[in-house]
Amino acid sequence: MSAEPGRRHVVYQSGPAASPRPAWLLGAAGLALLGLAWEVVARLAWVPALFLPAPTAIAAEAARMAWSGELWRHLIVSLGRVGAGFGLGVAAGTALGLVLGSSPVLWAIGNPLIAATYPIPKIALLPLMILWLGIGEAPKVAMIALGVFFPVVINAYAGVQGTDPLMVKAARSLGAGRWHVLLKVVLPSALPTILAGYRLGAGIALLLVVSAEMINATAGIGFLILHSGDLMLTAKLMVGLAVLSLLGLASAWGLRALEAWLVPWREDQRG
Amino acid sequence: MRVRVDAVSKVYPAPRGGELTALEDVSLEIGDGEFVTILGPSGCGKSTLLQIVAGLETPTGGRVTFEGAPPGVALTAVVFQEHALFPWRTVHDNVVFGLEVRGVAAAEREAAARRLLELVGLDGFADRYPHHLSGGMRQRVAIARALAVEPALLLMDELFSSLDAQSRALMQLELLALWERTRRSILYVTHQIQEAVLLGDRVVVMTRRPGRILAVRPVPLPRPRNERTMLDPAFLGLVDECWQLIKRDARDAMADVR
Repeated sequence: MSAEPGRRHVVYQSGPAASPRPAWLLGAAGLALLGLAWEVVARLAWVPALFLPAPTAIAAEAARMAWSGELWRHLIVSLGRVGAGFGLGVAAGTALGLVLGSSPVLWAIGNPLIAATYPIPKIALLPLMILWLGIGEAPKVAMIALGVFFPVVINAYAGVQGTDPLMVKAARSLGAGRWHVLLKVVLPSALPTILAGYRLGAGIALLLVVSAEMINATAGIGFLILHSGDLMLTAKLMVGLAVLSLLGLASAWGLRALEAWLVPWREDQRG
Repeated sequence: MRVRVDAVSKVYPAPRGGELTALEDVSLEIGDGEFVTILGPSGCGKSTLLQIVAGLETPTGGRVTFEGAPPGVALTAVVFQEHALFPWRTVHDNVVFGLEVRGVAAAEREAAARRLLELVGLDGFADRYPHHLSGGMRQRVAIARALAVEPALLLMDELFSSLDAQSRALMQLELLALWERTRRSILYVTHQIQEAVLLGDRVVVMTRRPGRILAVRPVPLPRPRNERTMLDPAFLGLVDECWQLIKRDARDAMADVR
């Protein structure tokens, strides 16, 4: 081991095994820290409660609203609109997407129509919907349905188009007819893409219901937020925002669970 | 049953105008229980020929006749190069697919699945998904799936070309053993000379651009064959003969710019 000039002596030492910290732990710590800082700032009245109520004050307001039933009333109204609009949009989008995906002729006809109407921000349709359907629930539900329809129809079409032609050939070679190919090959192979469209649609539905309720409504989470803002009831407004956050999380979680159930072969791949 | 391929040709419209002849005047016969291999360099249209015999493609000239096909059974079933298993179906559900779409009763399907999975040595894997399996096991499932519909002619397209060399050698021996047990007519397409000679009763050598039959060589090697067969001077002689036949085309194929 004499030090020859121009020669190096390199040793890689052994060390302790790396112990990774789970990401959720770091995430939870970050949230807790932010909440704590917020509470301190609010309690010390560095920022007036009108602009930034303390998290505990918001929680107390939420409890009060839950107890009085006010929270549930708004939530049920919004959920009803989202549920009806999402259901209609998903049903129509999936069915039409499958049809367009299996027929090049119908796609050639339908594609320009979809391309022309897709870029319109759906909230801009609300006045037209009100004109056509009157005031009340119908125009809101119709607008949400339209917003959900587009990502769903486009994904369903893409899913059908993405079907491996080899799979179709294999099925045909084993004696499958058109109907069996659609039902047992195209549909399962398109399912992950279709469900990705549902996830996009769910986000859009939430966005649209809040927008619609801010424009023309007397109940709903969007109305609650706008109304509380007008009356400078900031804690109440914050409760509305928290509910929206939870709704978004819940819908994403629900759709993931649906996917795990409908697409078990994918779920296995991850595990 | 006898399968006759009569003067089959297939012409595609070329992407930049003109025509591309994939197959030209291809005629051949496959007898009952015969194992015929089609040997050719890439781009010789051998897979196209297979798909025409399978009824998945329509020839632009000539015809394919199944003489004396038994009633009620499938004429053909294809085992594809990339196994083409349905990833959303378990091994068991893949195997019974053909029976399902043919309206075979559930009890009968179960019996067939059990028998076939045992035949290909996958009894313990019925509930696995294809991505759980190795390449060789997937090909065994694909073979079982094709056998399930009891085709009068089994069509196989470069089955083992995506496997590593050792798995391929093992699967070739397994296929030989399987054929000994079932004695089903097989049309097997490959670019591998040793494989074509080892498996086939006859080797049909094809040229490329256009795909034409260059020569047909009977393989007089005794059955059952195994890895010792590949040391037989007759085997080596035939392999060399086939190599000499396709060498120039293979070189052209290699120089091809796509």
